[in-house]
Amino acid sequence: MIEATNLTKRYGANTAVDDLTFTVRPGIVTGFLGPNGAGKSTTMRMVLGLDAPTSGTVTVSGRPYRQHAEPLKVVGALLEARAVHTSRSAYHHLLALAATHGIAKSRVMDVIEMVGLQDVARKRAGGFSLGMGQRLGIASALLADPETLILDEPVNGLDPEGIRWIRDLLKTLAADGHTVFVSSHLMSEMALTADHVIVVGRGRLIADLPMAELIAQASSDTVAVRSPEAGVLAAALATAGVDVARTGPETLEVTGLTAAQVGDRARNLRIVLHGLTPHRASLEEAFMEMTRDEVEFHATTPTTPTTPTSHALRSAS
Amino acid sequence: MSVVAVRPVTHLRVLRSEWVKLRSLRSTALTLLAAVAVMVALGWLFGWGTERQWSELRPDERASFSPVDTTLAGYYLAQLAVGVLGVLLVTGEYATGMVKATFGAVPRRLPVLWAKAALYAGVTFALMLVASLVAFLGGQQLLGSHGTSLSGSGALRAMVGVAGFLALIGVFSVALGFVVRSTAGGVATLFGLLLVAPTLGLLLPAAWRDHVLPYLPSNAGAAFFSVHPSADGLSAGTGLLVLVAWVVAALLTAAVLVSRRDA
Repeated sequence: MIEATNLTKRYGANTAVDDLTFTVRPGIVTGFLGPNGAGKSTTMRMVLGLDAPTSGTVTVSGRPYRQHAEPLKVVGALLEARAVHTSRSAYHHLLALAATHGIAKSRVMDVIEMVGLQDVARKRAGGFSLGMGQRLGIASALLADPETLILDEPVNGLDPEGIRWIRDLLKTLAADGHTVFVSSHLMSEMALTADHVIVVGRGRLIADLPMAELIAQASSDTVAVRSPEAGVLAAALATAGVDVARTGPETLEVTGLTAAQVGDRARNLRIVLHGLTPHRASLEEAFMEMTRDEVEFHATTPTTPTTPTSHALRSAS
Repeated sequence: MSVVAVRPVTHLRVLRSEWVKLRSLRSTALTLLAAVAVMVALGWLFGWGTERQWSELRPDERASFSPVDTTLAGYYLAQLAVGVLGVLLVTGEYATGMVKATFGAVPRRLPVLWAKAALYAGVTFALMLVASLVAFLGGQQLLGSHGTSLSGSGALRAMVGVAGFLALIGVFSVALGFVVRSTAGGVATLFGLLLVAPTLGLLLPAAWRDHVLPYLPSNAGAAFFSVHPSADGLSAGTGLLVLVAWVVAALLTAAVLVSRRDA
């Protein structure tokens, strides 16, 4: 259980984490979602006591992390930046961490096997690939079989098999009653793993809801329509339960009707259609929509000539 | 998953963890070996050279000659190896990100500072005591008739003194590593203090010089372990006190910064 209350972190004039209040519960996988620079890593570092909050508090299992007698038993963490001395072997890295908590050598061997590093455990960690580094990080997180797991972008650099392994591991741990808090900037990844999501942007809380609800919100269907008489059609289609957005002089985006319904009504009104494209919003789009105003750095896309397809690909604005 | 036996973090367990870290880096072993090697090699070289050149020595050189100090002169280079390694033991963790794992396991942090300092002090003291002994015994053989024996003229005290001095320099450099956090900055500060300041200080007006130079760590150290200390230096007791003051000041600064700063 992680409880953050009005958690805030400022670096000079820049506010990295802005008044976050949330609870991460045991027994489920909680996703921590936000664009790069949203404050996810800073928040996780504050949970671990690596960074001190400017104001607000965060506790794990009822206390600030620092106050636990057996910290590794309370939280196992994988942070985004590699936290390993590059000249030391994976085995000795884990052995050094284990020694602080009197954990037996046999447990070190167990976690090495668990993450599949037995063949390279005696080699220097600096020569590890990104994926092997992530596996070592996960091995150190699991070392003391902690109540809570905090993983910052765990699937980064993993191959598809590794990604599936992480997903299954997180789900198994959550099912065993652990608290699992995992960050990502990829909505699609979260959709497959998380039961609950906390969405942040520019350090602020944007949403805190079950994954199923987020998916329901996101899966509204739209129809992109192209017609020389778009204005007339828009007026005629706009009835109760139907949302019509003008996306260009000849284009509309309709929510609440199927493509067939739009086509039928246009025929009844004797309006010519030049394009009719059903479009299901993806989770990724829902996420981008949600965080649109909170992204720190925008890349501008060069404007392309307006075509029905380019509209269909764009989400409602 | 079977139940994993986990015990509370204690100073002793942190010390054990630091021991695992110390012995699992090849560069650490090599640097310590280098410190031992220069201590022994220079002791023997100076013993041999002095014996060869004895007839050419001026009377004042013969008067200030100490067979003990001559064969322990390797401390001057050994202090650099010991100091650089002390800084690296800490800044290496900051540079690689290891420090996040370290402080993640020991979030109270200060036990890490104490363990690193204590362990390194112990290791350098033991190694340098052995190195001093080997340097001394071999050096006396090479000095021939000008040499002395273990029981003669403060030899044991000087050897323990040199080992103690190097251990204190080790603790100082570990603390310095936690203060500065970067290898370049730490090593530069260390060299500035141990090598540059004593030389640069000679340019000071004489009236100031005597109030500054003896209090630098290397001169204060030399005052307490040398059999024939320089005439304008501190007494042995004051020298030790001054050196300990440097170390305590560095440790306290490190302790404050380590607890307050973001890792």
